[in-house]
Amino acid sequence: MGSPPRIYLDCAATTPPAPGVVEAVRDALADSWANASSAHADGSRARRIVEESRVRVAALIGGRPDEIVFTSGATESNNTVLKGFGKPNAQFRRPLELRPPSGGVVVSAVEHPCVAESVAWLERRGWKVSRMGVDETGLVDPGDVRKALRPKPALVSVMLANHEVGTIQPVALIAKLAKAAGALVHTDATQAVGRIPVDVEALGVDYLSLSGHKFGGPKGVGALWVRRGAPLVPLNHGGGQEGGRRSGTYNVPGIAGLGVAAAYAAREMAAAGERVRGLRDRLDRGIRSGVQGLRVNGHPELRLPGHLHVSFDLVEGEALMMRLDLAGIAVSTGPACSAGAYESSPVLAAMGFGEARARGSVRITVGAHNTAAEIDRVVGVLPAIVADLRRAPPAWLRS
Amino acid sequence: MGERIVAAMSGGVDSSVAAAILREAGHDVVGVTMRLLPAADVGDVRAVAEKLGFPHEVMDLRDEFRRAVVEPFLAAYAAGRTPLPCAACNHALKFGALLRRAGELGATAVATGHYARVEPGEGGRWRLRRARDASRDQSYFLYGITPERLSHIRFPLGEMTKDDVRAKARALGLANAEKPDSQEICFIPGGDTAGYLREKLGEKPGAIVDTAGRKVGEHSGVHFYTIGQRRGLNLQGTEPRHVVAVNAATNTVIVGSEDDLLSSGCEVEGVNWIAAPRTGSVGVKIRSRHGPVPATVTPGVEGRVTVRFAEPQRSVTPGQAAVFYAGDDLLGGGTIASAVR
Repeated sequence: MGSPPRIYLDCAATTPPAPGVVEAVRDALADSWANASSAHADGSRARRIVEESRVRVAALIGGRPDEIVFTSGATESNNTVLKGFGKPNAQFRRPLELRPPSGGVVVSAVEHPCVAESVAWLERRGWKVSRMGVDETGLVDPGDVRKALRPKPALVSVMLANHEVGTIQPVALIAKLAKAAGALVHTDATQAVGRIPVDVEALGVDYLSLSGHKFGGPKGVGALWVRRGAPLVPLNHGGGQEGGRRSGTYNVPGIAGLGVAAAYAAREMAAAGERVRGLRDRLDRGIRSGVQGLRVNGHPELRLPGHLHVSFDLVEGEALMMRLDLAGIAVSTGPACSAGAYESSPVLAAMGFGEARARGSVRITVGAHNTAAEIDRVVGVLPAIVADLRRAPPAWLRS
Repeated sequence: MGERIVAAMSGGVDSSVAAAILREAGHDVVGVTMRLLPAADVGDVRAVAEKLGFPHEVMDLRDEFRRAVVEPFLAAYAAGRTPLPCAACNHALKFGALLRRAGELGATAVATGHYARVEPGEGGRWRLRRARDASRDQSYFLYGITPERLSHIRFPLGEMTKDDVRAKARALGLANAEKPDSQEICFIPGGDTAGYLREKLGEKPGAIVDTAGRKVGEHSGVHFYTIGQRRGLNLQGTEPRHVVAVNAATNTVIVGSEDDLLSSGCEVEGVNWIAAPRTGSVGVKIRSRHGPVPATVTPGVEGRVTVRFAEPQRSVTPGQAAVFYAGDDLLGGGTIASAVR
């Protein structure tokens, strides 16, 4: 008795490896295990892999290779910028110095915890932090940006696409306003890179964070793009790797995998994005035709192609997630790092959702590995599960 | 496969073995771990479920735990009582929210690793009974289960000793077979209740008085004291003195002799009857390591019961439970509101 293969629809949490990634990681681990900073030929061989990946990652986001700093992932990239932007003794005092600067930090109210918690940490050390609100679709109000820029902040950091509902922020517009006001600008592009075209020049930012495993790369590797000339004080001091911007022995296998994933994404993104959007819309239509009393959250158009965040009336999202899991379908109720209920979703709270709408939601995120047959299987089982969850509980539970 | 049963899994040896027994009996087991604390990590629980070969889910009950267990715990201490958080958790979460979730998952029952027994009784009523191994019995913490739910609860360890359970865990190759018992309150780091209460409730100095009302010392907050306590009073004089009462309204701690600790009975509130409510002779347990001792109960209005002990009892502590037994059968129980001298 074989159960049907599982269907993975949680690509906002992580993605399966892209073609060639597993081989690249294995080959680097097996054959190019030398220290990429070593002067000998073995070291050079490993270093070539690192530099080739650097070119590929830079190409994916329209940056220059020397502007790429490899990190352990988006959490590190974001922490590095938020705690290390600015020059020592420059007009922007760094967070790690004792005295906060005159200008504070501006973020959106819907940032990922690694940004939100970093700025909360700054705030506890006396920094002024402004959090720009969002509308019901999760979009930052440009009017709020203008307000937040007076007095001039030291740094503006707004995510490119939201991890929960997938809403894409007008980062280029925000960056333009912020730059005009004289602030440095960072964007956490973790959910966007590899899924939609991202170009650092078009965005006009100074720093951009990305993570490999969100687009088919390995876990534990990511990058921070730092515009040439943009000031940055490192978090990691040591051997001076990455031009002194991030010390630590090169994670050659991880960087090799990241490079292959970046090259694959650059080549396939346009076609894959269309296919993923088509599957997502097929799922959306299918669920709507089978279930009454639901709302799709996030922006109707300015949204990542794979994101479908849905609130079901009179249903506990977590119960629906578990029922789908037991039926072989992986979705989530929120960020995997908090696997969260209402309290742990400041994103939905910022969008003005009441507790019922927030608790009744699940996040379904389609990826390039999914098929129409899989989507149809989900559409086949989901309405019955929702109907079952909406039935009144048995008498023994009502007492 | 047999009926679907949700096994509450903490990661400890008891709940793991309970789940394994049901799985071996052919049930369609779904392991569920309740996520109760902000920083909880459920990694090793997943490994147990994987080893035993059934699916596992994590239920986020952080909000509910804070509202139903932690906040009432702090409120009780602030009111001069000594609360029983495990009983609140059992009633509100394990056999409340988790049982409801079990229903949503198509299960007919929740199983836990408690040492207690549930058995069919007469007239469609189910009985909640002490564990076969009286030294392990945890029924005292289960008095709040509403009687309609009993038939949807399984305690697979009710007939077993702890040694049986550990042997079973070893036979199953469970990594947690030798894991020590958890004795502390799960949400208090390192078992430092005083430190936790100081962090959450601060200090609120007041007077320590004797039973005649004379001031004999000072305390740093009524929430640091519990009935019967001798240590940490820092009083002058040689005669042994115990906390005999805590009065949050006047912010005083009252101390007295060992005889002053004795009570002839207590008032109990919020009583839940599992058996048919009764008047007369029962056994009463007034804390987890106690009795039961002979007493008579007289139900009053609004879930109140007056208990009169056959012999005076020491350290009757408001906030703890008074649980009524007839032999091994748990009849009902409630929260001690006050001692009767």
